[in-house]
Amino acid sequence: MGEKLEIMERMTRKEYSTRFRIPSGCAVFGVVNQKGMRFSGQTVLEGITMMHDRSNGLGGGFAAYGIYPRFAQEWAFHLIYEDRIAQQQAEDLLGQNFEILLSEEIPTDGSIRLDQPPLNYRYFLRCQKNMGKHEQDFIVNLVMNINSNIRGAFVVSSGKNMGIFKGVGYPEDIGRYYRIQEYEGYLWTSHGRFPTNSAGWWGGAHPFGLLNWSVVHNGEISSYGSNKRFVNDFGYKCTLSTDTEVIAYLFDLLVRREKIDLRLLHLILAAPLWEEIERLAPDIRKVVTALRTVYGPALLNGPFNIIIGHNDFMYALNDRIKLRPMVAARHQDYMYVSSEEAAIRKVCPSPSLVWRPEGGQPVIGRVSIPRKAKLNQKAGV
Amino acid sequence: MALKPRQTDFEVVRDQDKCISCQVCLRQCSNDVHEYDSDQDIIYSDNSQCVGCHRCESLCPTGAMKIKQSESEFRQNFNWSPAHIKNIYKQADSGGVLLTGMGADRPYPIYWDHILFNAAQVTNPSIDPLREPMEIKTFIGNKSDVVGVDIDQGETFNMKLKQDISPQLVLSTPILFSAMSFGSISFNACASLARAARQFGTFYNTGEGGMHKDLEIYASNTIVQVASGRFGVDIDYLKRAAAIEIKIGQGAKPGIGGHLPAEKVTEEVSNARMIPQGTDAISPAPHHDIYSIEDLMQLIYALKEATDYQKPVGVKVSAVHNVAPIASGIVRAGADFVTIDGLRGGTGAAPQAIRDNIGIPIELALASVDTRLREEGIRHKASVIAAGSIRSSADIVKAIALGADAVYIGSAALLALGCNLCQKCYTGKCNWGIATQDPYLTKRLNPNIGTRRLENLLRGWSLEIKEMLGGAGINAIESLRGNREHLRGIGIGEKELAVLGIKHAGEAW
Repeated sequence: MGEKLEIMERMTRKEYSTRFRIPSGCAVFGVVNQKGMRFSGQTVLEGITMMHDRSNGLGGGFAAYGIYPRFAQEWAFHLIYEDRIAQQQAEDLLGQNFEILLSEEIPTDGSIRLDQPPLNYRYFLRCQKNMGKHEQDFIVNLVMNINSNIRGAFVVSSGKNMGIFKGVGYPEDIGRYYRIQEYEGYLWTSHGRFPTNSAGWWGGAHPFGLLNWSVVHNGEISSYGSNKRFVNDFGYKCTLSTDTEVIAYLFDLLVRREKIDLRLLHLILAAPLWEEIERLAPDIRKVVTALRTVYGPALLNGPFNIIIGHNDFMYALNDRIKLRPMVAARHQDYMYVSSEEAAIRKVCPSPSLVWRPEGGQPVIGRVSIPRKAKLNQKAGV
Repeated sequence: MALKPRQTDFEVVRDQDKCISCQVCLRQCSNDVHEYDSDQDIIYSDNSQCVGCHRCESLCPTGAMKIKQSESEFRQNFNWSPAHIKNIYKQADSGGVLLTGMGADRPYPIYWDHILFNAAQVTNPSIDPLREPMEIKTFIGNKSDVVGVDIDQGETFNMKLKQDISPQLVLSTPILFSAMSFGSISFNACASLARAARQFGTFYNTGEGGMHKDLEIYASNTIVQVASGRFGVDIDYLKRAAAIEIKIGQGAKPGIGGHLPAEKVTEEVSNARMIPQGTDAISPAPHHDIYSIEDLMQLIYALKEATDYQKPVGVKVSAVHNVAPIASGIVRAGADFVTIDGLRGGTGAAPQAIRDNIGIPIELALASVDTRLREEGIRHKASVIAAGSIRSSADIVKAIALGADAVYIGSAALLALGCNLCQKCYTGKCNWGIATQDPYLTKRLNPNIGTRRLENLLRGWSLEIKEMLGGAGINAIESLRGNREHLRGIGIGEKELAVLGIKHAGEAW
């Protein structure tokens, strides 16, 4: 114990927690209103609370989409700082690169007792010059820069009209700490963590965010080394040593940069078995064979259940031989994905459809916001 | 010196109580070790002729024979080993270059034996390959930059590839048979390799011996070599093949060529190599049309043009100090795969001084090539095949985790055919019918049995690879490739760990 404290003195919590890859078991829960109707974070909070025993109090978090309609077109950054020096450095960097429209401390409920909360700030930012299609790459580089070069600072989320709230604790406590029941969004994901180590660092909790992506994940990727070097080849630095981070980079790389159709993505990430590919119709077989051959290093191996959040969709995927639980349900315009059915039944007692997606079969809940609502959103109503 | 020093490496120990003087040993030995004395009805052995191939011992019906290392010892000397002393006697005798066969046998570090593989526990379930699918299918070739897909937006969800990806060799297991020419090995050995490759769904390599007409039926499982002598190369040879490999170097003899003596160029060999019967087949040290990397690029594209870009074209080099940038140049020159042949790679004949002292071990070469290609962002443009003494399925798993796409096996395949590693391949007197063209000897190798034994080896190793993958919680070989997180070094230093790109045992993730 003494030695651990000594190490902690020399390193920031971030440095200590990211030295090694830490496997963890988890609970995941996601809900989306496919018409884009916003609803309170109370739903997702109740859902994830139901699966208390799948976490051990060392990490919980939420990703919320549609919560900042006033700044829908601006970059919304959530950052955590271990001290004011980190804050100063990060804010200097943001100031040099953006017009800061609003900078504020994220409101929290001080009555919830948690282990050493960091400073929580959010910023609404506009790029100083029009960078066109390079703007997103610029954001990625900036986030990587802050995360790897500013000691004690960490970008929790960096998308538009979305935000991630996470920390060390049970998810229900983290949720109430960030007062997420007071926000309204149309898509929510959440995570309760059961890591195998005891070092708690708020940035290491899930969801992991980059641009509009958020990833919650239950599992351990046995292909981590292969996946990591694949994204490294495209300039992504895996600084956190977590599976969730590498999954987020894979999504950004494949969907945003390589423009792989969402409906083909599972053919790469949880590729069908060769014997299944052999049985496909010739044209389709050629496509699937090519995808698996070329993107072999992006295959996610080992047990996982992931939910990807994005402004336009929720995407859930199980590993190809379904080594982790995942249940999905639909009711009216709502779609739910959860580790356990009980969590869905808690917030939606009689869904019209409940199913257990097969391994490697994606569940995609697209959000198509009606035109009028979109206009309202733009106007900041 | 008046007297030639006696050079005895082995002793033939015969139990006269068990010997029935059947003379099997005599007939089996092409080195004339055994002699029958009909007057006494007894067999004598001349130990000085014995090469230690164990053929007689294996076939002795009463188990009367044992071949042992010679007990005759020089005065102990840590500087002058018996090998050094004997070599000097031989060269003083002949004035020639000492030849040898197979791979380097000196006690250099073997890094495979200093690397440990991982397994899953608790946080990640291991997968039982007997119950769950376990995929080791492997693709060799350039993995294109993009895959364009046209999706039909209608109800049927049909899709079509916009453009075919580069040609790939499809292997049922990440193991290929290494280049061994007809000439250096017998037709029966070649036929065994070709048939086993066909039946198991992998490939064998012709070496620079050309393709025997009776093996053309196996062309779709054949990688043909274009080497500096260009033996057997014509447009049909190229077009028939599944893939083409330009041979620049060989692990056993980096920087030097080859020489198949005239007496081995039989009618059959002469036909396959397209050279006159009874002439020396000399492969120059360099390709005389490749004096630089841009020349290599011309040859790669000449071969691709000749075969309509329908098959992968690769380049084989030996692992030398500068192998990483060399491999990078080869990939940039358009090769679809790069074969790296390490220090311990085998040969039919090489100067002993070269075989035992030139090049670097495949483990280090492979790791540094893979790292360099990744750093330069071109790793996906070519597959990497590791060669140069792969001895077991564990070596293969470690090679793939270090970054290889597949491995070539040569010596291991010959061992499966009966080879005893006596290292006398260059004499053409192989008692096992492998490295010889003498019909009396080659008929000892039955290609049906040879095929079955090679298939058995591939099967056994493939099963073991699946077991190791499953144990680590991986069910597809592509998730092992370059996954150095699953490797740990044991008993090696910081520098070696750094070159291998792995942590030491005891370090967590």
